[in-house]
This record gives sequence, structure tokens and C-alpha cells, in this order.
Amino acid sequence: MPESPIVIESVFKRLGTKQVLRGVDLSVAPGESVVIIGRSGTGKSVLLKHVVGLILPDAGTVRVDGVDVPTLGVADLLELRKQMGMLFQGGALFDSLTIGENVGLPLREHTDIDESQVELVVHEKLHLVGLEGVDDMRPSSLSGGMKKRAALARALALNPKIMLYDEPTTGLDPITADLINRLIRRLQERLGITSIAVTHDMRSAYHIADRIAMLHEGRIHAVGTPAEIQATADPAVRQFIEGSAEGPLLPT
Amino acid sequence: MNETDVEPLADRGPFRFILNGLRDTGEVIFLLGDVIRELPRGLGKVPLVVQQMVAIGIGSMPLTVIVALFTGAVAAVQASYQFRDYVPMIYLGTVIGKSVVIELGPVLTALVVGGRVGASIAAELGTMRVTEQVDAMEAMGISPTRYLVVPRVVAATLMLPVLTIFADVVAIFGGYLVAVLTLDVSSHTFTSGLRLYFHLRDVFSGLIKSVFFGAIISMMGCYYGLRSEGGAEGVGVATTHAVVASCLLILIVDFLLASFLFRVLFA
Repeated sequence: MPESPIVIESVFKRLGTKQVLRGVDLSVAPGESVVIIGRSGTGKSVLLKHVVGLILPDAGTVRVDGVDVPTLGVADLLELRKQMGMLFQGGALFDSLTIGENVGLPLREHTDIDESQVELVVHEKLHLVGLEGVDDMRPSSLSGGMKKRAALARALALNPKIMLYDEPTTGLDPITADLINRLIRRLQERLGITSIAVTHDMRSAYHIADRIAMLHEGRIHAVGTPAEIQATADPAVRQFIEGSAEGPLLPT
Repeated sequence: MNETDVEPLADRGPFRFILNGLRDTGEVIFLLGDVIRELPRGLGKVPLVVQQMVAIGIGSMPLTVIVALFTGAVAAVQASYQFRDYVPMIYLGTVIGKSVVIELGPVLTALVVGGRVGASIAAELGTMRVTEQVDAMEAMGISPTRYLVVPRVVAATLMLPVLTIFADVVAIFGGYLVAVLTLDVSSHTFTSGLRLYFHLRDVFSGLIKSVFFGAIISMMGCYYGLRSEGGAEGVGVATTHAVVASCLLILIVDFLLASFLFRVLFA
């Protein structure tokens, strides 16, 4: 059996004075969709950024396609990143570019396809996320949900094998959130994209996850299929998925 | 002691100041190395460079011209006051011309452009940093140095000498206006004085300095912008640091270059 596309082993990370990750172990099988849940500030996004090498671990290893990410040089890292797509929390669209230019940027930077092809792919990706006629608009004139969808289209521009989603549905209305959830699921089922999503939206987690992992106190506290997680007796997990202020997790 | 409460040595009192200074210096040198390495591919992004040249060069032109006009004017007023009863007024043009091209033109232009451009670069890149746009760029496999830093550094380094040439001309013209209109110095006296002891190397030394000033302004803006953190407040801090650091470095480098140019090269 080939090695899992994403392997995270005993990763430790301190940011400033805070020890965020204290030995995280997680591996994602080919074509699998893993959702990391956990409270705000537990380091879910930090963990996700380790996978693309935006943050380097203090200790431990992160391997993507068998390659040890933290040891890669600049050129190899850029090369590896072309096979990954990442959706950022706020979209992170470049506000100096139009939506069309945003989505087309990875194509223009990394491929030699001509301008008409770029336009075609941009339209296809925007259509995929349910956005039409926004090519010439600036990110600042789009709603939060539209920005996120445009950002998703941009992340998909190079047909990545691995997708990382940072809070894909946070701040979206329930209908748009469902559209995104379905899209993530469809990408995984049809294209076999391996993915990690970080969220605290349990509805979304149940929808898109093959496995759910809960990050708590710097470690993976519990892992299981959505059914297992829903049926768990672990008090911390129960409290989180039920969204209760009472239990072992104290309000911060 | 809870491990989350450990305060690193670098955050304590006097260590902080020294260590931060050393860290910044080291990181700026690394960034400069990156810029030089990415220069060939960054230069290939002609539209981005041109866009920055317009923003930095043409955008700073009105400010530069106004500053230069009043600099020349005040130089004429002050010089004529100092000269009164001691020095013939033919030297008014000489002293204005020399002080403008050697010092006032390049340095004052750099200081005002440093405030304007340094702040705008730091604020723009800082906002991109805190809204994860820089992360997104890296995650896409696009080098922020190549895409963001190189065009700004190249544009500022090219445009500062151009702005300085305009500043030199306008400042001398400002001095001329004050001299001829209010100081009872004839146009001929002023221009003869200007030509007296005029050396082209003085102009070049000013322009050489302005090349360094352009690099300083853009590097400081990019460096502090890219390492800003913590939202709007962080961007504000980055902007302040960028402007303060450029102004200080401009004056320090001005001294070093003046020492080199006039004591070694043209000595």
C-alpha cells in the first residue's frame, strides 16, 4: 500500500509564549476527507499551515506524498505547493486583482497555456463554485460567501491532488454553506482529491468527513468516523459536538 | 511553572531592544539576498514594475516638487541673510546650486518620499499579510519576494534618482525666484554664480545617494509590511516602523556615502 499522501507525526509548535501543538499525529489516506474540529485558538489553522510548509514545526515531521515538507528548499517547496490547493479562512483573494485575475493567477504563473485557455479554465472553475459574471469585479465588492467561493475556485485552478480547507463554511449562510459542503464532497468523490478541512461547524463536518479528528490541548484527542464521533462517550467530544457551555471544556 | 507562561529571554527589558535590532538587521540582509536572487525573474514581471514606478514615481511628483520649491526658496532667504555684508551676492547661486544637488535635493526628496511611499508599501503589504493574502500567495507556489518585493524595490530604486533630478531643478528655480523677485539679485548674477564652481560630479554624487535611498525606503516598507502581525494595529505598527527606520537609515547612509564620495572617491 502506498504511503498516505499526508502524514503528520508528533508535531510540536510554539508560537510566541504559547505552546500550540504538543505532539500531533494524523495521517490521511489517499482520497480521504479528514475534518479537524476543535475550539477556536486550539491551533487547527496552525496545523493546516504545517502541511503546506507555511509554518515549520519545532519538532516532528510533516510528509506530503512521502516528501518531508520542513526540509524542502524554496524551489522544491514551491513545486510541491502547486499540487496542493488551500482555501483560507477569509478567502485571502488579492484585492489588487479582479476575481477573474485572482482565479487565473496560478495558471498564468505556473503553466504555459495561452490566454484563451486561461479564460476558459477561469470560467469553468467559477461556474463550478456557482459564481457567474463576477470576473471583472474586485474582491472588495463581493459578499463574504462569494469571496470564499471565488477563493475556492482559485484554489482549484491547477487541479490539485490535495485540498486544504480552513473554515470553509464559517460565516456563510446555511444555503451557501451547503453548496460548499456538497462541492467539497463532489471534488473528493469524483476527482479523488485528498483533503483536510478545519472547522467548528459540526453540520459541515458530518457532511464532508470520512473521519473526524478533534484537536484538543495541542493533541489529537479523538478520531473516528462521523458516526463514531456522534456516538462517543468522551465528555470533551460530547460537549463540543453538542455545543454546550457545561462540561470539561471551560469557556475562554 | 506552566509551560505556556514561559517568557522568552528576548522579551525581557534591555535584551529585547538589542536582540530585536540584531534580528531585524539579519532579516533585512536575508530579504535583500532574496531580492537579489529573485531579481532576474522579478524583472520579468514588467507590468508589476511599471505599475509600481507609476505609483512611486509619478505619484510622488507633486509632493516632491512642492517640497523642492520651498527648500530652494528658504535656502535663498537663509543664505542671503548669512551673506549680508560679508559675501558678494554672486555666490548666492553657487551655494544654492551646490547645497541643493549635493544634499538638499536627494535627502529631502528621500525623506518625504520615504514617508509617503514607505508608509504605503508597509500598509499595503501589512494588510496583505494579516489577511493571509501573502500566505495564499506562498501556498500557491508564488514567491512573495518575486511578486511583491522585487517590483517595489526596483521601481523605488529607479524612480528616486528621477524624482531627485526634478527636485534639484525645481529647488534651484525656487531659489532663483526668491533671489530675483525679493532679494534684489539680478537674474544674471544668480545664474553666473550657479555656473561658478559647478561640477557634474556633485550632481552625480547626489543621484548615487538617491539610488541607495530608494532601495532603503522600499526595503523597509516591504520588510516591516511583510512581518506585520495582529490585524489593524499590527499594520499601524509596521507602517510606523517602516517610516522611522527609513528616515534614520537615510540620514545614516547619507553620512556614510558622503564620507566615501567626498573624502575617498572625489578627494
